[in-house]
Amino acid sequence: MKTFALAGNPNCGKTTLFNALTGATAHVGNWPGVTVDKREGVYKGGAESVNIVDLPGIYSLSPYTPEEVISRNYILDGNPDGIINIVDATNLERNLYLTTQLLETDVPVIIALNMMDEVEKQGDRIDASRLESLLGVPVVEISALKSKGIKQLMDRAAAMPSERKGTTVLKGILDKKLETACAFYSEDGVKSPLFHAVKLLENDELELGRKGAKQFADSLSSGEDLEAVIADGRYNYISEKLSCVKVVKSDKSALTVSDKIDRVLTHRIWAIPIFAVILFFVFHLTFSENLFFLNGFTDKMGWMPSLVDLGLSTDLGGGEQEYNNFGVEVLAVFYDGAVYSPGVILTNFLNLFLDHISDGVVTLMENGGAAQWATGLVGDGILGGIFAVLGFLPQILTLFLFFSILEDTGYMARIAFVLDRIFRRFGLSGRAFMPMIMGFGCSLPATINTRTLADEKERTATIRVIPFFSCGAKLPILTACGGALCATAGMGNVDAITFGMYALGICTAVICVLLMRNTTLKGETPPFIMELPAYRMPGFKNLMLHLWDKTKHFVKKAFTIIFASTVIIWLFSHLSWSWDYLADENMNQSILASLGMLIQPIFTPLGFGSQLGTFGWVFAVAAITGLIAKENVIATFGTLAGCIAALGANVGGADAGGALDAIEGASDVAAMVTATGITGAGLIAFIAFNMTTIPCFAACATAKAELPRGKFKWTLLFWVVTSCFVSSLVYTVGNWWWTVFIWIAVIAAAVALIVLRNIGKFDITKIFRRRV
Amino acid sequence: MNKPISQFTVGERGKVTAVNGEGKIRRRLFDMGVTAGVEFTMRKKAPLGDPIEITLRGYELTLRKSEAACAEAEVL
Repeated sequence: MKTFALAGNPNCGKTTLFNALTGATAHVGNWPGVTVDKREGVYKGGAESVNIVDLPGIYSLSPYTPEEVISRNYILDGNPDGIINIVDATNLERNLYLTTQLLETDVPVIIALNMMDEVEKQGDRIDASRLESLLGVPVVEISALKSKGIKQLMDRAAAMPSERKGTTVLKGILDKKLETACAFYSEDGVKSPLFHAVKLLENDELELGRKGAKQFADSLSSGEDLEAVIADGRYNYISEKLSCVKVVKSDKSALTVSDKIDRVLTHRIWAIPIFAVILFFVFHLTFSENLFFLNGFTDKMGWMPSLVDLGLSTDLGGGEQEYNNFGVEVLAVFYDGAVYSPGVILTNFLNLFLDHISDGVVTLMENGGAAQWATGLVGDGILGGIFAVLGFLPQILTLFLFFSILEDTGYMARIAFVLDRIFRRFGLSGRAFMPMIMGFGCSLPATINTRTLADEKERTATIRVIPFFSCGAKLPILTACGGALCATAGMGNVDAITFGMYALGICTAVICVLLMRNTTLKGETPPFIMELPAYRMPGFKNLMLHLWDKTKHFVKKAFTIIFASTVIIWLFSHLSWSWDYLADENMNQSILASLGMLIQPIFTPLGFGSQLGTFGWVFAVAAITGLIAKENVIATFGTLAGCIAALGANVGGADAGGALDAIEGASDVAAMVTATGITGAGLIAFIAFNMTTIPCFAACATAKAELPRGKFKWTLLFWVVTSCFVSSLVYTVGNWWWTVFIWIAVIAAAVALIVLRNIGKFDITKIFRRRV
Repeated sequence: MNKPISQFTVGERGKVTAVNGEGKIRRRLFDMGVTAGVEFTMRKKAPLGDPIEITLRGYELTLRKSEAACAEAEVL
């Protein structure tokens, strides 16, 4: 089977073409650098199946970022049968710069001229056949978005001869020197000698590493600035030839729609407020239980009657109510004392559905005479755990949808532009913004995306703080614990708590970056030279692909890792060390309980350790299971809540009805709160701990792969220390407000030490030296 | 009149005469099309005054003032 590599500038429609070719659901965004690792798929539309490799978008074959090295290495050493070079026709000049470099290799090249429809819409014309004869390789017009011209492209690609000799546009400029350099490589039997020869003359880092190359290059250049000569040569060739290929319509209006939008969104004064408002509405539409504050801004202003007030349902106490009929139950999905936001409505819908399934299954088993332990395992253990996690899928998807729209339209790139000045203060570039904001979705793609950062120290610092940008899987912890806080401690409302915790994560990240860039990861602020893509309407198909991808991933995880974890947790919580089955009431004698009690003291300074009542170990267990997958935290509560509820009055009035109906995470946590008597501060500390500690197993593996050698163990330590620091701070200040002064004093002393050390007035080793 | 790109005012047009600087920043400027002879327009400055945005070779490029200072240009 032949293999073709897709190569092109970032944001030229490469991933869209890859999707159109292979039918895969790769992630597409309107941000330079969405594909950061190569991916493979199979094109089956031709006479023969063809392997397609999607390479990260690159501007040139010089090794500037790690992703450019990936693409370069694959093209040179991966032995592809051909390169499909995607060229954005709306941006021909810069795109062809890469083409001139690809042509210097010995690999067959075919050019896919993408977005031709946009060019025509602007009234311009590009003569593809003219371009073909100029470059000497096939050129095919396509529209990746509309899947046009793809068959012709692949047919012509398949028909390409398997051998090609590299050609260069630099012939007239560097004749002699190129010949000598080519001979240097040909003697060594290197593939694509022309390509290497040009790169050597450019003083390319990777080429200079070759034995004897440095002296050879110096002798050739004889002090001349060949790097500039070569870059000029390429661009001059392109602009010269372009004049006969491209016909530009003369009477264009000065401002395009994209420009007009841009004027507002990057306005000198309004840019940052607009961004804050957009971000607020993203969270509001996802989490709010009081849409657009229709019911007033505070509880006091509330004027909308609840379902109980309307006589449509009966209050059972403990936040539970019985609806008069199914119609009211459906109404409660949308409204109960206030109108819900789309995110909450979708969640309620799914939970209504899941509730009925789980109730039905349990009733069926009980009627069928199944053993008590079997009903417990299925009802509480399996369904309780998995449904507690699945119930959050709608909100995760809603949040993800909004971020996808912001990314696809090109707004994210502008935000990097707007925020760079602020990021620089912390020793990062605006580019680091993208992986961080992606962290709100999932740490894995976010960590991989850090490859777009050219600076190693910036990358390390960014990878370390990505988990603090609370991911989709941590969202259930926030909303469930937040819900429990509101219900039991009567504190504020859920979206305020959620928003506050997100803010806490961001603050932690900012402080940590600042700390690292001033201590262990000191260095120059990395450069910020990037393309701002034109604004685009997000494609409906692409958005749906994003969501489908995310759903698949989440559901798969729910039914594999989380399924296994909940079953294990349920079994361990219902078996004693002598393998006897324990009824729910005797859970405190279980294996899980004794293991939990063993580690419980570690968490005491953080507010959810030994000071908690009989069932305090549950929080310790939840925190540990969270290391496998963060969804496990709430799944653990879901699995154990039923048991605690079965104890009823024994444990201080945990509401039995509430916990048995324990699909929504909040009631599970509420049951835990009543059972253990954890304080509000302790519960917030618990959330803070989970947000800032070691991320899930998969994220750790990715971080280990992406971090420079030897940095991973320090990163793990960093996460542990940060989470302990943050949660004990939250706990102590929450419980004893005056401790805030101690913390301020400690932090001020630390800052003073770092500052003194950095300006060289203080050297810690001096203290020891003086003693000697 | 010659001055670094970073000192251009919004709306001003220029033609690059030389690209100084060194190492990766210079390499990146070349790859993104900032070469001697190219014409560009200063589009705007970010809300906090830095980075800047310029139009060249038919697309929008953003870079910091410190990086733009590496390229000398003649005012058109």
